Amino acid sequence: MNHEKSKLAQYLSEFWRYRDLLKLLVSKNIKLKYRRSWLGYVWSILNPLLIMIVMTVVFSSMFKRNIENFPVYLFCGQLLFNYMNNSTTQAIFSINNSAALLKKTYVPKYMFTLARITSGLVDLLFSLGALVLVLIATQSRVTWYALLFPFVLLQLYVFCVGLGLFLAQANVFFKDTQFIYSAFTTAWLYLTPIFYPLEALPEGIQWCISHLNPMYFFIGQFRALVYSGTMPETYLIISGCVAAVAMLLLGMWSFMRSKDRFILYI
Amino acid sequence: MADKQVMVDVDQVTIRFNLSSQKIDNLKEYFIKFIKKELMFQEFLAVKDVSFTVHRGEAWGLIGTNGSGKSTLLKAISGIIKPYQGKITINGSIAPLIELGAGFDQECTARENIFLNGCVLGHSLKYMEEHFDEIVEFAEIEKFLDSPIKNYSSGMKARLGFAIATMVKPDILIVDEVLAVGDYKFRQKCEKRMKELLAGGTTLLYVSHNIAEVKRLCDHALWIDKGNTRMIGEVNEVCDAYMEEMKN
Repeated sequence: MNHEKSKLAQYLSEFWRYRDLLKLLVSKNIKLKYRRSWLGYVWSILNPLLIMIVMTVVFSSMFKRNIENFPVYLFCGQLLFNYMNNSTTQAIFSINNSAALLKKTYVPKYMFTLARITSGLVDLLFSLGALVLVLIATQSRVTWYALLFPFVLLQLYVFCVGLGLFLAQANVFFKDTQFIYSAFTTAWLYLTPIFYPLEALPEGIQWCISHLNPMYFFIGQFRALVYSGTMPETYLIISGCVAAVAMLLLGMWSFMRSKDRFILYI
Repeated sequence: MADKQVMVDVDQVTIRFNLSSQKIDNLKEYFIKFIKKELMFQEFLAVKDVSFTVHRGEAWGLIGTNGSGKSTLLKAISGIIKPYQGKITINGSIAPLIELGAGFDQECTARENIFLNGCVLGHSLKYMEEHFDEIVEFAEIEKFLDSPIKNYSSGMKARLGFAIATMVKPDILIVDEVLAVGDYKFRQKCEKRMKELLAGGTTLLYVSHNIAEVKRLCDHALWIDKGNTRMIGEVNEVCDAYMEEMKN
């Protein structure tokens, strides 16, 4: 027990020592993303906004779902799902892409994965600006509950860190991970009620999604706060937190178990 | 001798390396290799059962032919590779110069890279700000601070890398044949800097094929041959024996 404790303390002090590295990597990721682009950071807001407009036009004319205030309904789901999708997809390559560095100096390896997920989160925060614009443009009724949104983003962040760590270490040993994952997220996208209501699905599938799809927990909570202006169901809050912590533990466990062998494969 | 603090203790260390000529990159191969039990890799022992102890303030030269395991051993001491067997104990901070500028991001400017590389070595941003001017001055790159590092010459990158790594006073400095790209003037400057650090109590582990340089800088030497310890001891003795063998 004592040994375990000192090991944990060691990890924490190492993380603390390298905290500025995380800060730098995050700002580097964001800076490089928009370097030499004319609109720069504005794209973080403009890009999701444009996609949302396209999707709103497509879905409101093609399918008559009768979802009230569809742009906001769609945007809430889309923002969160895109963050999860983009940040974890980038995290897959975080170890492989840092091979040159990891072979030559000692750095806590998870920093690169963590930096990817964190820079995605910063991007998401920019995109929330677009959400505010949509809320104003559609003259939506917003309640004080909306201010609780950081609590949902925290769950999602923890979840993505866990998933990112798991994928990054898997991709070191098994490069097919990246391709499997891209097919997987496509299926995941359609199995998450982003542009349709959950009730539109057959009952069996409805049950699966509302019990097994973590993105449903996060998007459900976020929508309750921002779109409906109510407190989320307790069920969603609890399952969201459990999913996030479980994913984090799985990611950390798999990463810690294999990190010393990375060097032999990258 | 005995009362000096032990800085690096390498105890019967064996290091395994992945030699796998074809990496297993798809499922079919994966299953075939799995059945044949060749899944993980073809094992290759780069360093076999090497032991030595370095005390505070000593300077050790590691010599040997190409591919004899010198760099691998240094990587294990820096914590990059975990030894397969045996144990390595380190007391104090390490500045590894395995490859100068390994932490550089090609797309970033020199200014950004100084901070990035410093943080890779475990320093804080504040610390790097305090030493920024010193680094730039030593590396002699004032004019090019804001150009991307991909436009730098290898000599410039080496200068910058060396400047960052030695700006801190590390307890242990690990130098792996990195100064070969610098010009004569810069190598003189680096040697001077290393001597300053040595005088200040830093412990040095130095890999070089330039035996004269090893003799000048180091007081002990370890000769590794194909992963095995060939000779260990006082620098001149080991170097002379090594040169003797090389001539034959």
